[in-house]
Amino acid sequence: MEKPLTEHITPGAPPLDLAAYEENGGYEALRNTLGSMAPGEMTSLVENSKLRGRGGAGFSTGMKWSFVPMGENAPKQKYFVCNADEMEPGTFKDRYLMEGNPHLLLEGMILGAYAIQAPTGYIFLRAEYRKSEEALARAIEEARRAGYLGENIRGSGFSHDIHLHSSAGRYICGEETALLNALEGRRAVPRAKPPFPPVVGLWGKPTIVNNVETLCNIAPIVRHGPEWFRKLGRAEEAGTKLYGVSGRVRNPGLWELPLGTPLREIIEEHAGGMRDGYRFRGVIPGGASTDFLVEEHLDLPLDFNSVQKAGSRLGTGTMIVLDDRTCPVGMVLNLERFFARESCGWCTPCRDGLPWVEKILEDIESGGGREDDLGILHQHAKFLGPGRTFCAFAPGAVEPLQSALKYFEDDFRRHFDGKGCPYHAPSAATGNGQPPSSSQGPETRNQKS
Amino acid sequence: MATLHIDGNPYEADPRQNMLQVSLTHGFDLPYFCWHPALGSVGACRQCAVRQYRNEDDQQGQIVMACMVPAAEGTRISIQDEEAREFRKSIVEWLMINHPHDCPVCDEGGECHLQDMTVMTGHAYRRFRFRKRTFTNQDLGPFINHEMNRCIQCYRCVRYYKDYAGGRDLDAFASHNHVYFGRSEDGVLENEFSGNLVEVCPTGVFTDKTLKGHYTRKWDLQSAPSVCAHCGLGCNTLPGARYGGVRRILNRYHHDINGYFLCDRGRYAYESVNRPERIRHPLLHEDAHDTDTHSKPEFCSVDHALKRARDRLHSARRVIGIGSPRASLESNYALRALVGEDHFHNGLPAAESHLVNVALDILRHGPAKAASLREIEEADAVLILGEDLTQTAPRMALAVRQSIMRAPEETARALGVPAWNDRAVRDVIQTDRGPLYIAAADETRLDDAATSVVYRAPEDLARFGFAIARAVHGDAPPVDDLPEEDAAVAQRAAEALANAKRPVIISGTSLGNESLLRAAANIAWALLRREKPAALAWVVPEANTFGAGLMGGRPLREAYQAVSSGAADTAIILENDLFRRTHDVDVERFLQSLKSVIAIDSLRNRTTDRAHVVLPAGTFAESDGTFVNNETRAQRFFQVLAPEEDVLESWRWLGHLESGTAPSEEPRWKELDDVLAAMARDLPELAGARDAAPAADFLKNGSKFPRSPRRFSGRTAMLAHRDVSEPKPPVDSDSPLTFSMEGSVTIPPAELVSHYWSPGWNSVQALNKFQEEVGGANRGGAPGVRLIEPEKATHSFFTDIPAAFTRSDQKYLVLGLHHIFGSEELSRHAPALAERIPEPYVAIGEADATARGVNEGDEIVLRILGRQHKLRARIRTRLPQGVLGVPAGFPGLTGLVFPADGHW
Amino acid sequence: MLSDKEREEIEAELPHYPRKQALCIEALKVVQLHRGWVDDSALRDVAGFLDMTEHEVDSVATFYNLIYRREVGRNVIHLCDSVSCWVMGCDSICSHLKKSLGIGMGQTTADGKFTLLPIPCLGDCDRAPSMMIGHTLHSDLTPDKVDKILRNCE
Ligand SMILES: Cc1cc2nc3c(=O)[nH]c(=O)nc-3n(C[C@H](O)[C@H](O)[C@H](O)COP(=O)(O)O)c2cc1C
Ligand code: SF4
Ligand code: FES
Repeated sequence: MEKPLTEHITPGAPPLDLAAYEENGGYEALRNTLGSMAPGEMTSLVENSKLRGRGGAGFSTGMKWSFVPMGENAPKQKYFVCNADEMEPGTFKDRYLMEGNPHLLLEGMILGAYAIQAPTGYIFLRAEYRKSEEALARAIEEARRAGYLGENIRGSGFSHDIHLHSSAGRYICGEETALLNALEGRRAVPRAKPPFPPVVGLWGKPTIVNNVETLCNIAPIVRHGPEWFRKLGRAEEAGTKLYGVSGRVRNPGLWELPLGTPLREIIEEHAGGMRDGYRFRGVIPGGASTDFLVEEHLDLPLDFNSVQKAGSRLGTGTMIVLDDRTCPVGMVLNLERFFARESCGWCTPCRDGLPWVEKILEDIESGGGREDDLGILHQHAKFLGPGRTFCAFAPGAVEPLQSALKYFEDDFRRHFDGKGCPYHAPSAATGNGQPPSSSQGPETRNQKS
Repeated sequence: MATLHIDGNPYEADPRQNMLQVSLTHGFDLPYFCWHPALGSVGACRQCAVRQYRNEDDQQGQIVMACMVPAAEGTRISIQDEEAREFRKSIVEWLMINHPHDCPVCDEGGECHLQDMTVMTGHAYRRFRFRKRTFTNQDLGPFINHEMNRCIQCYRCVRYYKDYAGGRDLDAFASHNHVYFGRSEDGVLENEFSGNLVEVCPTGVFTDKTLKGHYTRKWDLQSAPSVCAHCGLGCNTLPGARYGGVRRILNRYHHDINGYFLCDRGRYAYESVNRPERIRHPLLHEDAHDTDTHSKPEFCSVDHALKRARDRLHSARRVIGIGSPRASLESNYALRALVGEDHFHNGLPAAESHLVNVALDILRHGPAKAASLREIEEADAVLILGEDLTQTAPRMALAVRQSIMRAPEETARALGVPAWNDRAVRDVIQTDRGPLYIAAADETRLDDAATSVVYRAPEDLARFGFAIARAVHGDAPPVDDLPEEDAAVAQRAAEALANAKRPVIISGTSLGNESLLRAAANIAWALLRREKPAALAWVVPEANTFGAGLMGGRPLREAYQAVSSGAADTAIILENDLFRRTHDVDVERFLQSLKSVIAIDSLRNRTTDRAHVVLPAGTFAESDGTFVNNETRAQRFFQVLAPEEDVLESWRWLGHLESGTAPSEEPRWKELDDVLAAMARDLPELAGARDAAPAADFLKNGSKFPRSPRRFSGRTAMLAHRDVSEPKPPVDSDSPLTFSMEGSVTIPPAELVSHYWSPGWNSVQALNKFQEEVGGANRGGAPGVRLIEPEKATHSFFTDIPAAFTRSDQKYLVLGLHHIFGSEELSRHAPALAERIPEPYVAIGEADATARGVNEGDEIVLRILGRQHKLRARIRTRLPQGVLGVPAGFPGLTGLVFPADGHW
Repeated sequence: MLSDKEREEIEAELPHYPRKQALCIEALKVVQLHRGWVDDSALRDVAGFLDMTEHEVDSVATFYNLIYRREVGRNVIHLCDSVSCWVMGCDSICSHLKKSLGIGMGQTTADGKFTLLPIPCLGDCDRAPSMMIGHTLHSDLTPDKVDKILRNCE
């Protein structure tokens, strides 16, 4: 089985340096195409590969690049940005790539930047990823020294430099337009769309934002061709995917597998099945902002379209397993607490709706729940949906809620008898036990609560 | 025009707008919070949700925010859609989660957009059963009260304050449901337009602190259309009064002038009306000029005062009249009619009078027309020549700040981003701003918005201006020996103006330099010769400066001469403190030489203290009258409250003085319209003033228009501070307004709008119903009449270019530096505003300070025209060498005509 | 006043951005690195350097959870409280931390040694529960392991 993303990564070992990367065919794609292939051709090539974004939304990468204005009248300044904010709970795939093979990402970024003719690139990295930061900083230095970055890269006539920008926290920074604001040094509140970043992006200039994993696919695609890439996937979707599993499975971890690998195979074969004494109840397939899948979905191929048809999203492809001894309500409470805390505070439904959801779930967990709460929760699941809020944060936030209401309604009801959560240790139960205000961190001196 | 469908019915709409604007324009009650017609859309509150359908066949549609949907041809939305309605109700429910529900004790109550929207969406019962989040409030200074718990996070305040008004000390803090709006720490809001927060905020977070000082329920405020009396721009206001005092000022929308916003001087000066130093009864001071007796003026009855005044007039050899640029046209005219054309003086020092005439002549002769504030806002290139606008004509500075958005908005439009899509526009244009060139004597508060600023002495500013004119058109006279640096900026400014579609040149009288006006005219004319529709905007200091100029009186100096030559021995001084106009010595000599001085004024001042008879004049709030603004627009203001005690409008007093000796005799002017009619006959150039508002007999459906809102608690509550008897309301024979809540319920002509109210819309946002289209023209046309529209003729350029400023070691050129808070006479009496007045100072350029070894705060004794002034030094980085500045109109510094020579 | 070192570090980033205000977050992180947290004077120093007002800088500073506007201890413990860690029992780790340190979430020990803060998912989900102290990630936490880690802190 081919694993273009991870084949050279040895867990625990230091990141591949430039020499090792080049030894394994690294920067070959760059050397062969920069200056000789027309930028537009590069874009078509990626479009033909059917690569879909690995950041969560699954948008065609080549098509996104094709929205960037090109030619004489296009602005000279454009930006190519790598989204390395990875803060989606349950997600730990981009870190693996950056810590293992940073040059793979850099080469992908340079090729992408070449396709849209962007002289400047940024990697927007979450602050907590110190190891990734070190690996990337070193790799950028190496690439600069080797002439893969900087003026007139390898005599191609194309110049590009990449800057590493480390964030200061907040999950919303991963939303691509909020990310642009963060890069500009502002509050990371999402931007109005349209206009979309490929036309109006960083500092008002055309900008592409792609996920780390997405970009790590670029060099292999350019090197081996789109056909090769398309064949990597199972069924209709192209390429491989990093699938991760966390929760009470025997062997939590991360695997590069063909896109479309069935859920059962991932959980039972790769993650080793459930730990002794635990049964599978459900899974959030692609990070916190995706709908639960349950037993009936175990044979679902995990590709974008199939998961969508099953009522969820592939998201980041890193899944969190719910076992039979963990309270689904508690789990949803944990998720909604996260979302309530991370809302940027720009639009009403998200800013004020999610804390309400959080409080209701908290009350249900501690035995204060009421029958009408279900109605309020349902209403939120609906009214925080797509189009109703300013960005995709809130719709993502209510995906686990709406599916939990669908699949675990009984569990909710079992809380209503006044005694609270019927589940016990170890993963029991009353949220994580702190009042919400104390979990806010020392962020403002203005609030009193 | 685009055709689109709302709930199945077709409507015509301007495709450059969004669907929220269009819906409101067509009368739909679609709720909203974060959108504001002057601030555009950002889609934050999600309150204006509607369902949009792709086409006729689309049955499903999707929920969208109307404010983010362009009014493109064929757009289909449903406001009535069940789910959209439920969603809108939910929005209010969410907003109310943390709202304190303190309406009964909230200053905003009854005039609250949040209340209105809550009722409109049908949210009534609270389901949220948990604790509310609370915030601490901040002390934001004398103007604005802060109550953060009421916040609904619509972000309007920061968008207005930062993006629109250029403020940098109010911001949004924290995130999620802890977002906080305020300052990093307590402190006075510095921006000169902070008061608008009161109207911009849709609930009670930012409220008027001065109103709080004498609070009354807003539906009990009696109100009438008024015009701001505190600078030359003529912003339209809505003062609210109760219990004999003015309680607050609200903005009155004038599409071509102030739009939605006022400056803080205009909003907070009103407290001067309520001051104890108001003159409310006639005063007699028989030996006012006998400094030995130390006698005090005494109150007397109206009849007695009138008798004594008339006696003095009858026994006079000759009576001269001194008018005033802060008195209405009617009062000035009544004085002129009383003393005769030859003996009427406009109340201005000669130099200022001359400047005013030059400015008016330039407008008269054309071809450049006067720009309205709206035209300045819409200008795509602006040059300011010698004015610190924020201080001299504040609202104009706010307009200029908008103009710099015009050019970049074009860039955004080219990328398909409409101007109303506020955040997207800002994302596109980033720091890109349109051309604004400033030439000033010292730093101005607009410098941060400028493309380039040059700081020079007045003569050099004028030369810079002349050079721009020359660079625009070769027929304009050249300027010799202009420093290279200035020439380069002039060249760039000229190019920017010539490349613009709607350039505006701004200049004025504040530096006391005529060449500046001429240079400005040359630039406008040069542009016009290149077929650019350039307009001129003049800055004049007072509410009726141009009115006084058009009245055609003689300057003060001639009044002084008439008396010193013995030609005249009696003067009637109308609303004018001469000590503020000319040098103490001259005023003193003048008053001493007069046998009789009769003063008519509203607030005690040094001149009234020296008068033999003082008659209590109504302020703007107790008078009807007309002011002519900087674009020569005559605008009527109306009594907000009937004058109490012995107070009368000045023109009425003058009518009484003219009527003869017997107290019982009929006064010459019975009604305001009599004065206006006589004035129109006498002074054709002012005839238009008659049409500035409907005459007193204007009725709609046989009714006049009420000053009290329809929600007024009732007549029994009107004097509740005294008793609860039902007084007979005063009869108003001067205007189509009544002192009552009864009267016409239709929307009156724009000049007569006394409140913004419409069923379901109790807040100022009801204004939407008073516009032709939302954010557009006043329904029924823009109030006021422009008295001068220029001839089309081509003017030959002014050629008298001044010599460059030369520094001398013996003396400094002293300029009067203006302050929004402190330079204007009446507003100084308003306590809240007075807190913002700086200490008197002398401004010294860095080089001069170094040369003289002066440090910040050092005391300096400056001699100006023989008078000594002890002032603390303020070191200024930009003030040119050889030039000093002192605050204009400050106590101890009044009566100086700037520029003046100074020694130290 | 920014120290020379702080200024140097901030200026090193300048060439990477078209406008210096873009450095706002970076500059706050630099001063925080040197001073432990961002007090009002730090805020003003950054504002002065970037031609911003302290209000503008504070607006940005208070948005991000890794900029501390209140004093923190020498060791800031960021305990992941996101879903994978929760499933794997971070609540009991949290209780253990609170008990051992004698503080609640968001608080600092009296000796100024530790501050306990929650943090969203650290990307260490397959080795949950996790926490980060300073730059070091600690995985597969158990109460015993936590005790050992705390003991090793300066
Ligand atoms: C709330 C929110 C958080 C997001 N966080 C991330 C993230 O951490 N990393 C990421 O790559 N994409 C994230 N995304 C998706 C990005 O907005 C964007 O779609 C993605 O970076 C595009 O890259 P791709 O096309 O390569 O997938 C997030 C989206 C939302 C709405
Ligand atoms: S949905 Fe609204 S409040 Fe939530 S993150 Fe997006 S813009 Fe911010
Ligand atoms: S008014 Fe439309 S979203 Fe606020």
